[in-house]
Amino acid sequence: MVAYIIRRAFAAVVLLLIVSAVTFGIFFLVPRLAGETTQQLASQYVGRDPSPQAVQSIIHNLGFDKPVYQQYWEFIHGIVAGRTFNDGPTPTHCAVPCFGYSFKSHLPVWPDLTQRIPVTLSLALGAAVIWLVSGVAIGVLSALKRGSIFDRLSMGVALAGVSLPIFFTGLLSMDLFSFQWPIFSNLHYVNFTDNPLMWAKNLVLPWVTLAFLYSALYARLTRAGMLETMSEDYIRTARAKGLPERKVVTRHGLRSALTPIITIFGMDFGLLLGGAVLTETVFSLPGVGQYAVQAITDNDLPKVMAVTTLAAFFIVVANLLVDLLYAVVDPRVRLS
Amino acid sequence: MSKTNPVAASSKAKAAEADAKDADTKAASAGKDAPNPEAFLSVRDLRIHFDTDDGLVRSVDGVSFDLETGKTLGIVGESGSGKSVTSLGILGLHRSKRARISGEVWLDGEELISADPDRVRQLRGEKMSMIFQDPLTAMHPYYTVGAQIVEAYRVHHPQASKKAARGVAVEMLDRVGIPQPDRRVDDYPHQFSGGMRQRAMIAMSLVNNPKLLIADEPTTALDVTVQAQILDLIRDLQKEFGSAVIIITHDLGVVAELSDDILVMYGGKCVEKGTSETIFTAPEHPYTWGLLGSMPRMDRELQDRLIPVKGSPPSLINLPKGCAFNPRCPYAELTGGKSTTETPQLIEVKPGHRVACHLPEEKRHSIFRDEIAPRL
Amino acid sequence: MRRTKAAALVAVATAAGLTLSACSSSGGSGGSGSSTYNAANTSVVNASSHTGGTASYQLSSTPDSMDPGNTYYAFMWDFSRLYARPLVTFNPAPGNAGLQLKPDLATGLGTPSDGGKTWTYHIRSGLKFSDGTPITTKDVKYAIERSNYAHDVLSNGPTYFAQYLVDNSSPYQGPYKDKNGGLNSIQTPNDTTIVFHLKQSFADFDYLVSNPETAPVPQAKDNGADYVKNIVSSGPYEFQSYQDGKGATLVKNPNWSQASDPVRKQYADKITLAFNQQQTTIDQNLMADNVTMDLGGAGMAADSQATALANPQKKTHIDDVQSGALAYVALSSQVAPLNNVHCRQAVQYAIDKTSVQTATGGDVHGDIASTILPPTVTGHTDFNLYPTSGNKGDDSSDGLAAAKQQLKLCGKPSGFSTNIAARSDRPNEIAMATAIQASLKKVGINVQIQQYPSGKYFADDAGAPAFVHSHNLGMMMMAWAADWPTGYGFLEQILDGNAIKASGNSNLSELNDPAINKMLNDAIGNTNDAQRNQAWGAIDKAAMQQAVIVPLLYRKDVMYRPDSATNVFVNPAYGMYDYLTVGSTK
Repeated sequence: MVAYIIRRAFAAVVLLLIVSAVTFGIFFLVPRLAGETTQQLASQYVGRDPSPQAVQSIIHNLGFDKPVYQQYWEFIHGIVAGRTFNDGPTPTHCAVPCFGYSFKSHLPVWPDLTQRIPVTLSLALGAAVIWLVSGVAIGVLSALKRGSIFDRLSMGVALAGVSLPIFFTGLLSMDLFSFQWPIFSNLHYVNFTDNPLMWAKNLVLPWVTLAFLYSALYARLTRAGMLETMSEDYIRTARAKGLPERKVVTRHGLRSALTPIITIFGMDFGLLLGGAVLTETVFSLPGVGQYAVQAITDNDLPKVMAVTTLAAFFIVVANLLVDLLYAVVDPRVRLS
Repeated sequence: MSKTNPVAASSKAKAAEADAKDADTKAASAGKDAPNPEAFLSVRDLRIHFDTDDGLVRSVDGVSFDLETGKTLGIVGESGSGKSVTSLGILGLHRSKRARISGEVWLDGEELISADPDRVRQLRGEKMSMIFQDPLTAMHPYYTVGAQIVEAYRVHHPQASKKAARGVAVEMLDRVGIPQPDRRVDDYPHQFSGGMRQRAMIAMSLVNNPKLLIADEPTTALDVTVQAQILDLIRDLQKEFGSAVIIITHDLGVVAELSDDILVMYGGKCVEKGTSETIFTAPEHPYTWGLLGSMPRMDRELQDRLIPVKGSPPSLINLPKGCAFNPRCPYAELTGGKSTTETPQLIEVKPGHRVACHLPEEKRHSIFRDEIAPRL
Repeated sequence: MRRTKAAALVAVATAAGLTLSACSSSGGSGGSGSSTYNAANTSVVNASSHTGGTASYQLSSTPDSMDPGNTYYAFMWDFSRLYARPLVTFNPAPGNAGLQLKPDLATGLGTPSDGGKTWTYHIRSGLKFSDGTPITTKDVKYAIERSNYAHDVLSNGPTYFAQYLVDNSSPYQGPYKDKNGGLNSIQTPNDTTIVFHLKQSFADFDYLVSNPETAPVPQAKDNGADYVKNIVSSGPYEFQSYQDGKGATLVKNPNWSQASDPVRKQYADKITLAFNQQQTTIDQNLMADNVTMDLGGAGMAADSQATALANPQKKTHIDDVQSGALAYVALSSQVAPLNNVHCRQAVQYAIDKTSVQTATGGDVHGDIASTILPPTVTGHTDFNLYPTSGNKGDDSSDGLAAAKQQLKLCGKPSGFSTNIAARSDRPNEIAMATAIQASLKKVGINVQIQQYPSGKYFADDAGAPAFVHSHNLGMMMMAWAADWPTGYGFLEQILDGNAIKASGNSNLSELNDPAINKMLNDAIGNTNDAQRNQAWGAIDKAAMQQAVIVPLLYRKDVMYRPDSATNVFVNPAYGMYDYLTVGSTK
């Protein structure tokens, strides 16, 4: 088990390195291959009408005067060992993990990015609770009452849920419940530690909007899984034992039907932590996704690198956790 | 547990019912109408039909039999003959809304078809239990063998502590011949071998000391040597527990030594019923002959002596008119056309021996004597 | 407008017009107006001395920086004055009064000497930073040094001071690299006096020192780019918190005194800023009276505008604000056959400006233009050298005849073919170019639309003369606003032959007319306000005679003011609401 985790962690590090190298290549190497000069690259980050001296300084400060592999090495080195920058009034040390300084604001990237994590985490957690509970419940009920009005209705809604984009459902819910009937008016993110009640109140709409999409997906998955499981031989065995139907469904049916859901949930949640881009954009939530969008629009490469690496990290960790969890849930799975 | 609701039944279904009733009336003259108060289990005119999009499937269509405590009944037939459906019907495990069940199942003086589903549930696993064909899929892969036995025990002994239940589980595993049961009790099904799993399955079925044990193809998924061990185990345990046992199989060989009585099913109906001895020594139905002929036997040397039943089992939606077996029956033309027009009734030819065949009795005897027996 | 997205907003920074105010009866009165359509363009709406409450601002993007020495966004030049006092600032009043400069940190406007090459200011005594330390002119000098000479760290702001001030004998490297020296051309003989030495006479210098770059920064507290996280305030509000990309909270600065400040008020207890909000959400919040102001001041989203304008009750909260920007087509003086003035004049007559206006969404988004200087820029003179009936160009008979006449003079009586450049990610610009293409076709001028991404429009495409020549870009779509609302601020970069650059060029027409160059140079050296302001109109007319610019629209933005916002008016200097005195009843 320990050996397995170590091996997986090692593989995760390698994967993160590959992800970062590819991202780095896309943003640092490709423009050069496309023929952009260092002056052109740097002039994006010097405001308007830069003097040649300012461009030259920026080229130096941003490290564009070095070969790309060396820039990448310094990037990796910064994450592992930190870096020291000396372009302000005093030298500043950028502590581990140092993702460098924003090309635009010249502020260290990592502290700002980590401030975004609680927002995205709040969004993802709340939505996940809603979609797991509602999606699984609806899926189970639909499967057990297969062909009923409830089944047809909820599957119809679920189809709508997976088909409608967040841009639509989000804006619609906001228009309805924030402006037409201002139950959740003046939405803005409040820290949980500042005011848990306002935190929740302001997140209800984003939660529900995001959860709507996922619970639709999970309801369909759960229903399919449940239908398959409930026709398994061991369910018949459970009934033959004389177990009450409730126990047959929960202890025997749900347990198996939920196992694949765990995998999907882990991946979905990991992905969301890397930024629920659409939901954060629609509801103007200052989360990781909004940060990523901003970073890309600004072509702010250190921010792009940091947010990509962070998102990849979440996915890799989620993957690992899912595999570990799977071994706990399904005794047939051996970690090796 | 759904039962037949004639009002709700489609006109098509109704027509089928009427048809079936017709046959039933005739069968009634054979004197199998009233349940046998002597028997521990008495099944009367059990019909299990399913509404499907393609039409009404008559999986079980008027089956009756009795079984006394301590006795073993073998129900034999090809897949789709209705033998498994019958056993699940006795346990009340047909849950589909499309299942239409009628008839009577008397278990120890209690009628189950019309009983409250929860009452039947309480009886399940306690008074009657079942062993399934494939122990790998029949046991839940996520729970230890012990936990599954404990669960079976505690559902009917809610007052029992977990510890006590575990003790029972270990004891049961010991009794079915699992070595080191106190250790293996915490293993998962996939950690057991096939035979061990079936033993564990049997342990689970017997944990509440049921009066009726139904074993549905208990050895089909196992290799030959293990098959014999499992059958021995069932026989030993039956003696020990004194239960009534139904063994369901497509293989007459399996029931040869175990069964007191044998019931042969074809197309949802009973085509021949008798003591084990009668069925093996003086079978009268051509289908039974076929089954006997296709029975693999240690002493059979030449494969060409096998008399397989040609053709495939009939569709339960569109059963052949007359005798359902007629398209496959090598002797159908000897009935003078009756086999394609008239449904044969299950007629008692000797005490305790019933056959549903249009062939004249002497003809059946002579064919068996001259053509079949020498090749067996 | 200049090249970046920032510029789009900066555009708004110029604005204002003596002409507008001259025509406006209530202009400059500063009187209180009731909430009616366009009321805040000419009067103070909801005038109130109500104190307390929270003024909340939302923004659809993020500021380039809240550091007063590191921003080029007009709304930040407006807003930053709440915590950073420049030497002088625009008078917080509606109409023409808003274009006047008022002393802020300084006790008066600058005193020019040496023919406008030396400017002297005195600052008020007893001023304190929010941390309690006294404000001196050394802090002003330092602020200019860091914002203009350390562009590799604080890269966003303009560098006019570096451009106009005399440099040290060896070029000054800024306070971060040159830790001991300083810029010799800014002198601080004592704590309240500051003297600037310029390379040339520069009569608009007071406008330069109205930039937040002159707001004092204590060197001891400056940590470069990080300063934005702990800005030391000199205004009525100080930062309680700031989160990059998210927002900020400002509270009252106890070390600011009303007595020292003739232009500001301290009405709200607290000011909150939220960035990266959806524009439609901001609009909805404004209409629901959840927020006080849209910080960006660039107008509502298209669909919210339509909704709001259609609702009579909501329309009373709307102002259609002159942004101070001009949308135009630059005609290249170097690309044949447009290098012939008659061909250019043919285009002037032929373009149907009404159809261009319709293409951008109608008159709420802009008035049809006939001059380069918008009506809200000091020096604007009203004239139309190429009049056509109903501004319909060759869609009118007189326009058609005039255009054909000019084509004949140009030697291309049946027309010619050329290309028009437009920015692919600006749908408005494409729409205008398409309308132009349609109307020019009527006189046989066939125009191909060439689209380029706005990110490189000036660096590589329309702003690179070599590219323009090789790609035969006879016409180029352009939008422009100036950094300060005078003729010089507006015209110099787009008309002066000396401003032509190989890349990043704004003089897209490549007009290099010695007469116009001289007029510009003479005017900015003239410290006589009346003469100088008259010159701008003359330069405008001279350029229009060269026909290198086809003015299309004076741009306008639709803005919304909620009920809870007090003392709301449009300051033409910024082309948006003046944030200096805004309070909130919430």
